[in-house]
Amino acid sequence: MTAFIQHLIEQNRYQSTHLLAILRAVQAQYFYIPHEAIEQIAQQLDIPRTQIIGVIEFYSFLHLSPRGQYDLLISDSITDHLLGKHEITAYLEQQLHVKLGEVRADGVVSLANTSCTGLCDQGPAGLVNGYALPHLDKAKVDQITALINLQIPLDAWPQDLFYVEDNLIKAGLLLSAPIALGEALQAAFNRGLPETLSELDSSGLRGRGGAGFKTATKWKFCAEEANADRIVVCNADEGEPGTFKDRVLLNTYAHQVFEGMTLCAALIGAKQGFLYLRGEYCHLHEKLIAILAERRQAGLLGTQILGADFTFDIEICLGAGAYICGEESALIESLEGKMGIPRNRPPYPVTQGYLGKPTVVNNVETFMAAARIAVNGGAWFANIGTDTSKGSKILSICGDCTQPGIYEVPFGTSIQSILDDCGATDVLGVQIGGPSGTFISNNEFDRLIAFEDLATGGSFIIFNQHRNILDIVNNFTHFFAHESCGFCTPCRVGTSLLKNQLDKIINGHGSAGDVVALEELCQVIKKQSHCGLGQTAANPILTTLERYPELYQAQLKKISYEPGFDLDAALETARRLANRDDAGAHLAQIEES
Amino acid sequence: MNKTITIDGQVVPFKDGQTIMEAATEAGVYIPHLCHHPEFTPHGSCKLCTVNVNGRTCSACTFPAMEGQQILNDAKELNEDRKKITQMLFVEGNHFCPSCEKTGNCQLQAVAYHLNMLDDHFPLFYPHRELDASHAEVLIDHNRCIFCTLCVRASQEKDGKEVFAISGRGINKHLIVNAESGLLKDSNLEVTDQAAHICPTGAILIKHTAYQVPIGERLYDHNQIDQVSLNREKLQDEQ
Repeated sequence: MTAFIQHLIEQNRYQSTHLLAILRAVQAQYFYIPHEAIEQIAQQLDIPRTQIIGVIEFYSFLHLSPRGQYDLLISDSITDHLLGKHEITAYLEQQLHVKLGEVRADGVVSLANTSCTGLCDQGPAGLVNGYALPHLDKAKVDQITALINLQIPLDAWPQDLFYVEDNLIKAGLLLSAPIALGEALQAAFNRGLPETLSELDSSGLRGRGGAGFKTATKWKFCAEEANADRIVVCNADEGEPGTFKDRVLLNTYAHQVFEGMTLCAALIGAKQGFLYLRGEYCHLHEKLIAILAERRQAGLLGTQILGADFTFDIEICLGAGAYICGEESALIESLEGKMGIPRNRPPYPVTQGYLGKPTVVNNVETFMAAARIAVNGGAWFANIGTDTSKGSKILSICGDCTQPGIYEVPFGTSIQSILDDCGATDVLGVQIGGPSGTFISNNEFDRLIAFEDLATGGSFIIFNQHRNILDIVNNFTHFFAHESCGFCTPCRVGTSLLKNQLDKIINGHGSAGDVVALEELCQVIKKQSHCGLGQTAANPILTTLERYPELYQAQLKKISYEPGFDLDAALETARRLANRDDAGAHLAQIEES
Repeated sequence: MNKTITIDGQVVPFKDGQTIMEAATEAGVYIPHLCHHPEFTPHGSCKLCTVNVNGRTCSACTFPAMEGQQILNDAKELNEDRKKITQMLFVEGNHFCPSCEKTGNCQLQAVAYHLNMLDDHFPLFYPHRELDASHAEVLIDHNRCIFCTLCVRASQEKDGKEVFAISGRGINKHLIVNAESGLLKDSNLEVTDQAAHICPTGAILIKHTAYQVPIGERLYDHNQIDQVSLNREKLQDEQ
């Protein structure tokens, strides 16, 4: 082990910023991070062991105790639930002889839930040792069980088990005509860099992650910083349940995304770039590394790009299972080899980002759009969309429809026309923008995809009339409690309280004041939380409570108070100690009136 | 010094680079807080010091004071939320004030009194948390830790050590000790370290000193935390 870790640290040039990559490699080799490994890494990188333990305990894919040699994770996204996640999990438990959340006694296999894997259009999905397993069904489970029991190494498994489809259904402005290699950079150099930034400005392009900050303004702010050591970061930590467009963009349009990043570097004067790729997409890692090599070969990365006095390169950094790292300052912390905890603002990343350097962080789709705008100009882009939302939006459509997949629509498109496109009938409602967004009911389908109406990073989940709204809300609320980083009190404690309070109501232990208490709690979390995660964690409850108050009320008992736990069960220990089981040793949950 | 902000109608001067909290403290305006301490880098995590700045909520301990800011601090709605946040801290851990040797000297308890917190409001979590009594002179009772990171910062910034850190995610956050065994006795903590004395609650205690100051004569027994805090922190500012 000592030699393995020594080699790993040398490979990572003794950089503590590479801690996540080092720990991922140790986890892959030993199925956990052994105590001795922590000591050795701490010593070699000259960082406290507590930083390493902190990082291991923060990220879902790193462990202090051994996982199975085959670590199977099942996506717990609502979209996987709709496609039969529970049945397939039960079948896995039965075939593999391991319970969900446990490691089999022989240490060969472990099984656990994981947050949305970004395969919502081809679920129920899972990961084995980090690699995507789409379209799980009983036949595949049988196949996987046999492979595991024979202990066949992962790289010898049939490749079709890992085949991830693009499901690109509707291409629009960007997807229908990808740029040629180097076209955007060449266009920018020909036009002039300041002129290209003006084009980007007049295009009206706003960040595609959901918040919608104007891209040209962000780049301008960063370029104006005194510190000339600037950084470009592409946020591919696509963790919002129901979103998978970046998976497709990076699988099929990666050149254009990297070209957008390089364009940004040219405009702001950056030398270093990062693609922060969510751990769930590690199946794309090697392919992306090859594309970067190709671009270096073609003179589009490295020194003297396209013969100009311009040096820039891109490094890929893999996440390790933390939704919060989609928040830009948490992502930067993660890039620095730390826990993904959102920073205090100001300073903003454009001023002090990665290692305190001015940093632009943009979404995958934003870079892709910027590259195209450099070629076609601002007016071409601004021509499409609404007054305040220019261009197109790439949606990840999933849930109850006949054709889930990627749809690119002009901003300003109505929900109804999207539903018509993807073959959704008998619709109860749509979750726009994922759990952190809005649930809209079937009398709001004339609303529009736009920053000024329904903003979305791309998630679009459809539910038909047979779905139970409280099940959906429950799934989302548990998701946020699981993903809260725990930094601030309102989110750390509040999301867990919210989960418990909602469980109480759904499980029929709620009484008159419980919905009011639920809503009050939602408001505190929304108003007081440190970052976007906490500020939106109550949205699933708030947006459905607003539309379907009767659903919540119907769960309540018609009494003034109901204990939040099972009274009789709580007496079990006492009964055992007293060796009694007569009627007098039991309690009714409530005094029946 | 002619730049000013306005807090609850009161004009408060500030110097460039000061946070709202620093300007307020200097002017004798108390903003409730737990993770803030004037001697350490602000953390901004407890969220008790949330104020309303020109209609936007901000943490006073991290947000810079800027000319023309209209700030709401001692407002009913903010104090209600502060009370709920304090209640969250109480139910998250195991805080039994009557049996805690820190009672009367505890900032969490004092802030709760100040905000007129009369019950826990939320259901208690009753988490299982350990005690680390391994060190000869210092004790950690994890039941009372509120993750303010003051001990972490004091150890780094004042003691030049790295004795403490916060690990884990979400509700599973916990304080860890920098020792191969994970125990305080094997760390390089000394009883004279600032980190051993900074805890705002009873999570880190000095052994053999409990009840030397009798109940009734403790820090917050006769004065509310707003007065005690301002007296102490204004003094620290001036030093």
